[in-house]
Amino acid sequence: MTLDDADTPSPAPRFHTGKLPNSKTQDGKPRLLLMGQRRSGKSSISNVVFHKLPPSETLYLETTTKIKKESMHSFMDFQVWDLPGQFDYLDSAFDSAEIFSEIGALVWVIDAQDEYLEAITKLNATILKLQSTFPSINVEVFVHKVDGLSDDYRSDTYRDIVQRVQDELSDAGVENAPVSFYQTSIYDHSIFEAFSKVIQKLIPELPTLEALLNALCANCRIEKAYLFDIVSKIYIATDTSPTDIGSYEICSDYIDVIIDITEIYGKIPDPNEEFTNGAEQIGAKEVGNGPAESLITLEKKGNYLYLREVHQYLTLICILGDDSPTDRKGLIDYNVSVFEHALTQVFPR
Amino acid sequence: MNAVKRQKNRKVLLMGKSGAGKSSMRAVVFSNYVAKDVRRLGATIDVEHSNIKFMGNLMLNLWDCGGQDGFVENYLTHQRTHVFSSVAVLIFVFDIESREFMADIQNYYNIIQALEECSPTAKIFCLIHKMDLVQARLRIQLLDERVELIKAQSRGFAETMEFYATSIWDQSLYKAWTQIIYYLIPNAHTIEEMLKQLAEVIDARELILYERTTCLMVTKVTRSEKENPYHDRFERISSILKTHKQSMAKHTGIPAGSANFAELQIKAAGFMFFITRLTENTNLAVCIPPAEHIFNTARLNIELSKASFASLDVASRKRPVEGSVAGSSSTGDLDRA
Ligand SMILES: Nc1nc2c(ncn2[C@@H]2O[C@H](COP(=O)(O)OP(=O)(O)OP(=O)(O)O)[C@@H](O)[C@H]2O)c(=O)[nH]1
Ligand SMILES: Nc1nc2c(ncn2[C@@H]2O[C@H](COP(=O)(O)OP(=O)(O)OP(=O)(O)O)[C@@H](O)[C@H]2O)c(=O)[nH]1
Ligand SMILES: [Mg+2]
Ligand SMILES: [Mg+2]
Repeated sequence: MTLDDADTPSPAPRFHTGKLPNSKTQDGKPRLLLMGQRRSGKSSISNVVFHKLPPSETLYLETTTKIKKESMHSFMDFQVWDLPGQFDYLDSAFDSAEIFSEIGALVWVIDAQDEYLEAITKLNATILKLQSTFPSINVEVFVHKVDGLSDDYRSDTYRDIVQRVQDELSDAGVENAPVSFYQTSIYDHSIFEAFSKVIQKLIPELPTLEALLNALCANCRIEKAYLFDIVSKIYIATDTSPTDIGSYEICSDYIDVIIDITEIYGKIPDPNEEFTNGAEQIGAKEVGNGPAESLITLEKKGNYLYLREVHQYLTLICILGDDSPTDRKGLIDYNVSVFEHALTQVFPR
Repeated sequence: MNAVKRQKNRKVLLMGKSGAGKSSMRAVVFSNYVAKDVRRLGATIDVEHSNIKFMGNLMLNLWDCGGQDGFVENYLTHQRTHVFSSVAVLIFVFDIESREFMADIQNYYNIIQALEECSPTAKIFCLIHKMDLVQARLRIQLLDERVELIKAQSRGFAETMEFYATSIWDQSLYKAWTQIIYYLIPNAHTIEEMLKQLAEVIDARELILYERTTCLMVTKVTRSEKENPYHDRFERISSILKTHKQSMAKHTGIPAGSANFAELQIKAAGFMFFITRLTENTNLAVCIPPAEHIFNTARLNIELSKASFASLDVASRKRPVEGSVAGSSSTGDLDRA
């Protein structure tokens, strides 16, 4: 099965979405590799995003000595491999096929607070190597730890890194390599936003989801709608209106409230229901009343945020915007149920 | 009911050496600062006063006492009675990272002596602060060690004083401050009784009454037969609601002081939860069984009970709602956030 890339009519799509041409088995479990220099922040990222480690606790992480593999079970199963920075994976002692085959994305972490020339050299060597062996791996460069840089210095550093990588690649005769850049930090939402974008490229159904979200927004004048994997706080799709980090932030903070309150009160066992121990959260199978739902109404703005569980692993979050009188709730409920129905056709439960 | 109610002014001293984090915690709890913004605060010159009105008739009169040696010297000598008389609570902040713990203890002892002399019935809350700087597994032991040493220097207060490990980076700050507020509220019992009745009527599993600006809990009622295993849930809810308020303020552009929600509702597996405004300064968080009819009658009944809760408040001169946390002129720098 091939998938047409809806937005990019160019002959060779820059990013592959979902199909894994390197995959030996086609089992559809994409793997994300975290690579970069020692202490660039790979384990911190993995722990903060996938284990909810408080960012300040990453100060105590020790250097990684062997590859650490995490499996994520969600609407799509994927693996995250945290690679120690101390080895040279291009060395022939490593079986590069073992490491690089079947990967969906290579996330290369560069410490923007440190000297980065060597990191760039290694990154480019890796890209060149991949170009000859696994040419369609998405390379995602995280210009990381930008929290420590002043605004001006931050954008200068970012531009410098992008420029150097692209110059060196084009000197080596490689144009249009599938390389993207992000500014990230574990101390704010940027790392989650970046991961969301990395993962979206691996979802074949993305264009369909975007179209559904666009329709929802248009029908009930919603400002912005996101489809979240609520446990990881990664969003797998949003409508195609411009996104900004602020919209992601408000949704992510909203999820925190929901997750916390649900954890606190959702587990009190109902005498008639059997609860299993462990991570019985909002994403888990429902008991009692219908799917989780939430609404925040502001004193000064009317309805403002809306959340509804629409799939075992997926939650719809809408920023209703400044103009959403409380009586529009019925219209939204209706359209969301239409959306929910369409979604079950994309992702059968 | 129509006896003239008087506002209870409660004087609270916030002391500890310079840099211990006193103004930082004040900014986070009372002035809607997010933790990472406290770096902007400068050292406190002399004393900064702020008045915070809570539910009922509590008016908190907070003295944030700059901790530089010269100022402390002055409190202990020229201003001794002015500073240390009629104190209800002394909050003493120790910096866990301090390299001169023995000097801190000496400074503490001097202050205790003055307090014993001028306000022997005061209560002391000792906050061992910046705990985030200590590795999680070492915290308890370190806390115990410090508690021993501090208690030994606390004279007549040693028996009644309370200790809390705190950090502006997590909910521990709310745990400590909730206890302080609870201790200070004069009519907590009356409020609790009224809440209990309300909880019965609406069949609530839990009710939490909290102050809107600080998100500190005033009091709560639990009715659910099954014990909730999350014993830290109250400070956790304070902390999450505070963070959320800041997030909403940032996103909507409404100042944090007035970015209040009219209502938040969550309907999920096994429970329903909502938060609504109760009185001028308080919100009520309600957890009920998951049934639409309970939800609807609960909202209605709370609406009807608002008047009787409002009557617990002292008739205050009409002021804008946001103004309820405004301090005296010297707190100007804290109100920017
Ligand atoms: N300021 C800042 N520091 C960060 C950030 N991410 C990670 N760090 C810090 O970077 C240091 C190293 O992080 P690690 O995650 O252990 O680095 P690593 O890339 O896994 O290193 P190796 O395992 O040796 O390859 C830690 O002290 C983290 O606290 C960030 O976004 N901002
Ligand atoms: N790591 C950490 N740092 C903190 C915490 N609370 C405050 N700080 C830092 O401590 C520094 C000093 O805080 P202040 O609140 O100004 O200290 P202060 O006690 O008011 O000092 P004076 O006004 O001079 O008496 C600030 O730069 C804060 O960043 C905390 O919980 N953890
Ligand atoms: Mg590591
Ligand atoms: Mg100060």
